[in-house]
Amino acid sequence: MSLRIVVTVKYVPDATGDRHFADDLTVDRDDVDGLLSELDEYAVEQALQISENADDAEVTVLTVGPEDAKDALRKALSMGADKAIHVEDDDLHGTDAIGTSLVLAKAIEKAGYDLVISGMASTDGTMGVVPALVAERLGVPQVTLLSEVSVEGGVVKGRRDGDAASEQLEAQLPAIVSVTDQSGEARYPSFKGIMAAKKKPVESWDLSDLDIEAEEVGLDGAFTKVEAANERPARTAGTIVKDEGEGGKQLAEFLAGQKFI
Amino acid sequence: MAEVLVYVDHVDGAVRKPTLELLTLARRIGEPVAVALGNGAADTAATLAEHGAVKVLTHDASEYADYLVVPKVDALQAAHEAVSPAAVLVPSSAEGKEIAARLALRIGSGIITDAVDLEAGDEGPVATQSVFAASFSTKSRVIKGTPVITVKPNSAAVEAAPAAGAVEALSVTFSDKATGTKVTGRTPRESTGRPELTEAAIVVSGGRGVNGAENFSIIEALADSLGAAVGASRAAVDAGWYPHTNQVGQTGKSVSPQLYIANGISGAIQHRAGMQTSKTIVAVNKDAEAPIFELVDFGVVGDLFDVVPQLTEEIKTRKG
Ligand SMILES: Cc1cc2nc3c(=O)[nH]c(=O)nc-3n(C[C@H](O)[C@H](O)[C@H](O)COP(=O)(O)OP(=O)(O)OC[C@H]3O[C@@H](n4cnc5c(N)ncnc54)[C@H](O)[C@@H]3O)c2cc1C
Ligand SMILES: Nc1ncnc2c1ncn2[C@@H]1O[C@H](COP(=O)(O)O)[C@@H](O)[C@H]1O
Repeated sequence: MSLRIVVTVKYVPDATGDRHFADDLTVDRDDVDGLLSELDEYAVEQALQISENADDAEVTVLTVGPEDAKDALRKALSMGADKAIHVEDDDLHGTDAIGTSLVLAKAIEKAGYDLVISGMASTDGTMGVVPALVAERLGVPQVTLLSEVSVEGGVVKGRRDGDAASEQLEAQLPAIVSVTDQSGEARYPSFKGIMAAKKKPVESWDLSDLDIEAEEVGLDGAFTKVEAANERPARTAGTIVKDEGEGGKQLAEFLAGQKFI
Repeated sequence: MAEVLVYVDHVDGAVRKPTLELLTLARRIGEPVAVALGNGAADTAATLAEHGAVKVLTHDASEYADYLVVPKVDALQAAHEAVSPAAVLVPSSAEGKEIAARLALRIGSGIITDAVDLEAGDEGPVATQSVFAASFSTKSRVIKGTPVITVKPNSAAVEAAPAAGAVEALSVTFSDKATGTKVTGRTPRESTGRPELTEAAIVVSGGRGVNGAENFSIIEALADSLGAAVGASRAAVDAGWYPHTNQVGQTGKSVSPQLYIANGISGAIQHRAGMQTSKTIVAVNKDAEAPIFELVDFGVVGDLFDVVPQLTEEIKTRKG
């Protein structure tokens, strides 16, 4: 039987660009270049490796996001994923983590799955909670923040490197895992991969396809509200000295003045 | 006065500092009721009482150590039912955020993660967050259900505020999902004797400029002269010079110490994301154009192999 892997990927504003908020205090996604969240590339990579080691597997990439989010799906397809699903709906604008997890869970169920793989966090929201929320909704085990992952005989195993300890974890499929940027370098799409991706199927679903009401998502459905967003004042220019043999001592003098010594 | 649930992060009964900071914040909103789970749960009570916990709900079972996340969600949900609090506060660790998120979903609430400050508001607690690599600061509120908020370390001062801290056994029934994720092995991290990175008042970090694992002894010597924690950039970690647990930045630890000293670190956006909120920032870098200098209160353009040992010597001399 085939192993059905769904990878959740997010389309995010480029972190090296000038990110800001729109007037309604949602993340501005119009004025900034977007891309497949770098941390989700690791999820795609692990999905491809697991599928390469399985007898028969299929990798579907799934995104919830605006029109341009197709770019993220294209990138994942050119890395080697088999097919893609794009959940897109005007009513999704402003959806928070709780709402996103609802849409993802419904879409994952509709797609059919044995294993879901997510990134450790999105590079814009950086909450790192969506995989846990999806696990709660699907009622399957969460095996998150793995720096190593493998699947064998219907069991997923992995290593989670925490602060206090490094843990070996395992769970029965179906399950959801998330992988960190320590899980292994993500591959670059080859020219062949990029060409092949153009022919791979991308399905588009809206909220009605998932039996979700507009009020359950978007700004109206949000459980949290951003009331103010202020640009942090630039740090006041500090003192910069060139080391002419006394740099360490000058630094010590500064630290003493600040009462650190 | 309304009660506020505070999830206790402890190691075999020793309460970690971020939990005590949480008690300070909880007292701005209401009366802190602490929830301590697992081995040594009851031993946390004295410390928690000293810092303002009016009550300490405890429960121990092997499930907390043997399975990930869900047993703790079950317990926190039981505590939520027992107390009907005005808010639930959880330390922003990786597991803390996951526990908080699942609890929020179960109790029909919203969740705010990684708050750096918390105030009481007319319509419930208002959380301050630092976003987009700390270039923006936002104020948010949970507008449905009991606010569930995770708070970053170093967000408030630890304050003594003696309270009753009466220990009560929490009654917990585990859900059938509790045993889904099994912990089959655990290798505890060896203690370096240095302060915890996220909790330290001073952090001394090294980057690609340190140029080799063996050279990190220079960084460690400076850290030890200041009683500081040691951090590293991802470039240094990826090169295998220092453990990943010490990485500072977007995919490592986010730190907010009184003093951050960056050595041989260029200051890429992903690194800044984890240290930009430090009170005082100092850097040593031989490239005067390195972006890290945009952040510093004091910077030395120079070779770290000259500057850092001289600094360490000078600190030792001054400290006598
Ligand atoms: C999704 C994603 C997540 C990331 N997460 C993180 C993260 O969590 N943390 C992180 O740090 N990075 C992260 N990065 C990587 C980040 O983009 C940078 O590549 C990294 O921070 C660079 O590390 P560095 O400053 O040590 O190295 P470099 O950028 O190579 O800088 C080295 C600096 O050392 C100086 N130098 C060299 N020799 C000396 C000397 N002898 N004396 C003094 N100065 C010297 C050089 O002038 C230079 O400025 C992430 C990247 C991505 C894409
Ligand atoms: N809109 C989305 N579409 C698809 N996947 C998402 C979306 N938002 C979050 N995810 C997944 O959840 C992970 C964690 O996201 P977050 O909790 O937002 O930090 C990401 O790395 C993605 O795998």
